Amino acid sequence: MRSESTALGDSNSGILSSAKVSPEIEVRDLEMSYGSYVVMRDINFTGAKGQVLVIMGGSGCGKSTLLKYMIGLKEVTHGDVLYKGESFVKASQEEREEVQRTFGVLYQAGALWSSRTLAENIGLPLEEYTKLSAKEIRELASLKLSLVGLKGFEDFYPSEISGGMRKRAGLARAMALDPEILFFDEPSAGLDPISSRRLDELILQLRDSLGTTVVVVTHELPSIFAIADTAIFLDAETKRMLVQGDPKVLVKEGPPKVRTFLLRGQEVSVPADAKQLSAENRQANR
Amino acid sequence: MKQATATPDIERPAVKMERTGDQLKLVLGGDWSLKSPERLRSETVLAGLEREPGLRSIHCVTNEVKSWDSSLLVFLWEVEEWCKSHQVKFAEDDLPKEISSLLNLATSVPEQQTGRGSRGRRSLFYRLGSWVLGQIDMMLAAVEFIGECVLSFRRILARRGKVDWRLYWLTLQECSAEALPIVGLISFLTGLILAFVGAIQLRQFGAGIYVANLVAVAMAREMGAIMTGIIMAGRTGAAFAAQIGSMKVSEEIDALSTLAISPMDFLVSPRVVALFLMMPLLCLYSVLIGIGGGAVVGTGLLKISLVQYWNQTVGSMGLTDIVIGVVKCSIFGVIVALTGCQRGMKCENNAAAVGNAATSAVVLAITGIVASDAVIDVLIEVLKI
Repeated sequence: MRSESTALGDSNSGILSSAKVSPEIEVRDLEMSYGSYVVMRDINFTGAKGQVLVIMGGSGCGKSTLLKYMIGLKEVTHGDVLYKGESFVKASQEEREEVQRTFGVLYQAGALWSSRTLAENIGLPLEEYTKLSAKEIRELASLKLSLVGLKGFEDFYPSEISGGMRKRAGLARAMALDPEILFFDEPSAGLDPISSRRLDELILQLRDSLGTTVVVVTHELPSIFAIADTAIFLDAETKRMLVQGDPKVLVKEGPPKVRTFLLRGQEVSVPADAKQLSAENRQANR
Repeated sequence: MKQATATPDIERPAVKMERTGDQLKLVLGGDWSLKSPERLRSETVLAGLEREPGLRSIHCVTNEVKSWDSSLLVFLWEVEEWCKSHQVKFAEDDLPKEISSLLNLATSVPEQQTGRGSRGRRSLFYRLGSWVLGQIDMMLAAVEFIGECVLSFRRILARRGKVDWRLYWLTLQECSAEALPIVGLISFLTGLILAFVGAIQLRQFGAGIYVANLVAVAMAREMGAIMTGIIMAGRTGAAFAAQIGSMKVSEEIDALSTLAISPMDFLVSPRVVALFLMMPLLCLYSVLIGIGGGAVVGTGLLKISLVQYWNQTVGSMGLTDIVIGVVKCSIFGVIVALTGCQRGMKCENNAAAVGNAATSAVVLAITGIVASDAVIDVLIEVLKI
């Protein structure tokens, strides 16, 4: 049985369908698995240009795995991932690399190359994909570090700075090539609440200034409510995506599981028909 | 105005300067793209600004900019920095909101005074002095580590130290049975090479039979121990450094310390003891296989019978030769284990440091083996053993 996910409070979804404009990001019928073990199936959602799309769900439900499928780190075997209406899955290796060059990815722990200084970390993609001189690359690296509040740390190695700074430096590197889509894997993990809020503000400011589309994997509720234009919820129990919509609407009108998640586990009243649907889903999974 | 994307018709970015009294207007135009081969050098514009004395403010106008990305931001950022250093007002009023907000973001946190900029200008003497001090620190750390190891043994013997016995048996296995194939192969080839070199010279005097003496004594006193030591330095010493280094990076060592379990007792001592105990056995095995390699040349090239070769070997070698080799090999084992564990324990907190720890463990161990072998040989000569 294929579960139908619903869209709630998502202002862009209506505009997209009526104007027949391809969304910036589209995931169709995606199935995620580790070998023969299926983690999640029938994932369908879209993200418009300039939108902040949040992938949320409980620990171990496959949020980071979904991100890996979206950026091409894991091979899609069932379903499709489209960028600007073009299939990323069916594209040739060269076309894929071309699309990947429009991505910027901030990994959970920053993933900075430990043998390179921060300036060299940011400089590597610029050396590879532009014809800028060493001096221009250095200036750009300084600018990117300034944008994340790390001016003056150009010659530091990742091991010489704190975890929060590493994360910001990772963001500076992700922005090196002025990406069209920025992916964040748990950006707030390991950060104090103030640093976490500042990072959220930075994400929004970059989105507003550069028009970048942002995909964020997180389960941090304050971040979800602060930055998300639209969010999808992955449910580990039914192995399906339950809903896509604005979290501020979902917390009031979403499925009970999503409301419980967004209310930090507070019990919500479940209508009888929803209970029946949930039971059907569980039976279908067996 | 839109952000830069890959388009075939790219117009060269341009800047026009229009001065009115003490105000300067920079009129920017064209496509500002990092990927464009046609780029504007900010140095040219900044040099132009230097030639404009008495400026009080600079306005940047971007109405004619067709597309932009970080290259425009860098340019404006540098102009702003120039204005700051020359006490000239940088007027952002004419800039689009998205650009001015990014510029504000870039300048909102002042530059940290980290002192890193002056690093490259140190004198040769300063760098030489730093290197010497670094080497002294390293030697002191090695001596300290040996001391800690001795204290650890004392704790273990007094049954006050917690030892990972599972690790001990695993290390014993790694240092013995699992090392036999590589030690056997290298020793066989070493014996073979020694016999070849000896055979070419001794055959000229009709003394080919003495190849057996040469191989036996060389393998028993020197080559068996040295080759085993070098193999174990590359194989086991590097593994010790990488294993303990990875544990350091993932804070496993800290986790032991916080439980009041000494990492020296738990991780280092079992490895040192295991290698110390297994090296003599590996050395004997190496000597035997090396003699076998020599016998292949003796019987094949010099046409000496196997029995004759064996009798000559046994006659040429005394118990002292074997004991010397075995003792040396035990010492080499301790050197390999200590350098491997010490480099691992001193590993920095990043992935590259683990590789560096493994490399330096091997280099230090091989240097230590060769140096200590020389010292032992001199002592043997002095003591007439």
